[in-house]
Amino acid sequence: MEPLLKVEDLTVYYFTRKGVVRAVEDVNLEAYAGDAVALVGESGSGKSTLGYALLKIIPPPGRIVKGRVVIDGVDVTSLEGEELRRVRGSLVSIVFQDPFTTLDPVRRVGDQVAEVLTEHGVPKEEARARVKELLTSVGLPPRLFNAYPHQLSGGQRQRVAIAMAVALKPKVIVADEPTTALDVVVQRQIMDLLDRIRASGATIVLITHDIALAAERATKIAVMYAGRIVEYGPKDEVLNSPQHPYTKGLLASVPTLESSEWPKPIPGVPPDLRNPPPGCRFWPRCPYATDECRRYLPKLVRVGPNHYVACLMVGR
Amino acid sequence: MEPLLKLINVRKYFEVGTFGVKRIVKAVDGVSLSIKRGETLGLVGESGCGKSTLGRVILRVYRPTSGKVVFDGVDITDLPESRLRGLRRRMQLIPQDPYASFNPLKTVGYALIEPLVTHGVATPEEARELALKMLDRVGLTPPEEFFGRKPYQFSGGQLQRVAIARAMLLKPDLVVADEPTSSLDVSIRASILELLREFKEGLNQALIFITHDLALAKLVSDRLAVMYLGRVVEEAPTNELFSNPLHPYTLALLTAIPKLGKYRPKEEVVLKGEVPDASRIPKGCRLHPRCPYATGKCRSEEPELVEVSKGHYVACWRVLRA
Repeated sequence: MEPLLKVEDLTVYYFTRKGVVRAVEDVNLEAYAGDAVALVGESGSGKSTLGYALLKIIPPPGRIVKGRVVIDGVDVTSLEGEELRRVRGSLVSIVFQDPFTTLDPVRRVGDQVAEVLTEHGVPKEEARARVKELLTSVGLPPRLFNAYPHQLSGGQRQRVAIAMAVALKPKVIVADEPTTALDVVVQRQIMDLLDRIRASGATIVLITHDIALAAERATKIAVMYAGRIVEYGPKDEVLNSPQHPYTKGLLASVPTLESSEWPKPIPGVPPDLRNPPPGCRFWPRCPYATDECRRYLPKLVRVGPNHYVACLMVGR
Repeated sequence: MEPLLKLINVRKYFEVGTFGVKRIVKAVDGVSLSIKRGETLGLVGESGCGKSTLGRVILRVYRPTSGKVVFDGVDITDLPESRLRGLRRRMQLIPQDPYASFNPLKTVGYALIEPLVTHGVATPEEARELALKMLDRVGLTPPEEFFGRKPYQFSGGQLQRVAIARAMLLKPDLVVADEPTSSLDVSIRASILELLREFKEGLNQALIFITHDLALAKLVSDRLAVMYLGRVVEEAPTNELFSNPLHPYTLALLTAIPKLGKYRPKEEVVLKGEVPDASRIPKGCRLHPRCPYATGKCRSEEPELVEVSKGHYVACWRVLRA
């Protein structure tokens, strides 16, 4: 079976006046229909930039400098203009953290969902009928067609954003911290909705800083640090036998409900990506770093079934 | 031992209005709590539950609409600012966003010295010495290097350490920490909590820890109060609350939070809908429109907190019936 989403050597830089920010470097990923791939990392790890690259919506001064994103056989990175506009929404779509950034405050939400359809050639009358179905499918009463965004609660707005994202039945849906602005009870409702969408055959790319959320909702986890994937594999593999020191540190830093043990912080701070350290990007914070780690950048190596780790210490 | 702080049936209402349409937002709606020295009380709940407003009532940033706030035996409910000033040093806030709590144009050294001098605790020279020592104490070494920097030159975690340093320099008896780690990355949260715990123990403080994160609350608190729409719905010693949660809202929170480990509440509860506006609080039990167990009584009568076992209080008709 061919993977639905294939990311090859993807590299994204931001060309700022103060230097080149190496936000994402040499990322490789694969996901199949029904997969939920969680991109887990802290702020500045490059997880959002990677998510935007899947739709080629990198904000300037950012640019994809190398690599490809192939979705259902289509190389998204090679598309421009009208072609690119056409695949956004129909092949790959995105749900943002704050739906206020995507919803127009002065237009009815139903019209905004309908626009996604009409822009892709669906006749107006048909689109309006489809919107009512879509609203129902994301758990909203169809009468909200005529509501304005400010009349909706945070959870309802996120449901509208999801309705827009699924309107054209894309293969891949990127969800960028989709529940970070919401309370936990509503978070659960929204994540249940995304699970249902995934079960219908889509691939979800879940960008999150919350490793517990990834643990509950993902099929695969990619742990990012300073622009690179340091560990990638099936969820249970990554959580139950983490191999990279950063993954281990991240898991040990999160308090859990069953343990009264004090979580252990990871000392230090992530590097400045304008000037990352030579060698492994994690070595300045790594308890196991050797001279070799300071010199050589580790590649992802296979440590188990579909389980990959980028660490010189692993596999010795 | 007398509690250091006592809240008796505290309410805080805000009048809001646009174009002449007035609404009353009942942010805090009848809360009674107390806390002793050396104790950490976790105040948990979702956004809009009133936990931050309550924190500001405790610090007398807000004057309560009704009820009483008693600090170390002194009724401070209606104390005028002139008489509050002496007490302010003894109660300090650790904010959620440290960047918003510092003047961006002044050095952090200035921010540390200024309160000491204003409160008459030290001369400027002594204050400088104390500030340097405190920076060292919170892990910003060498302190001389950090002293002259401005807030934007710090990372979020570092500046939160400065915020803690600023509060602790005044040796407060009561500390209100309002989501002190939610703007920080996961990997550094634990170190900030550790710091708060050390000061609490060293200075025998009462710490009120406001958070939406139950795992964090469990870690630092001796006792937890769960708030929903302006009221405490359940209060219990921390271990009791996690092993024997009773209120449907507490159960719903414990059900909904993403979990890394195997913990599950003894009963899973899924709530409908979302938290309503605090200006349109439902009649009866305020959770009833969302609660799967609501009956006729829940719709008409508001339950009060009742002690069901030692130190464990619940406000729920279903629990009281059982």
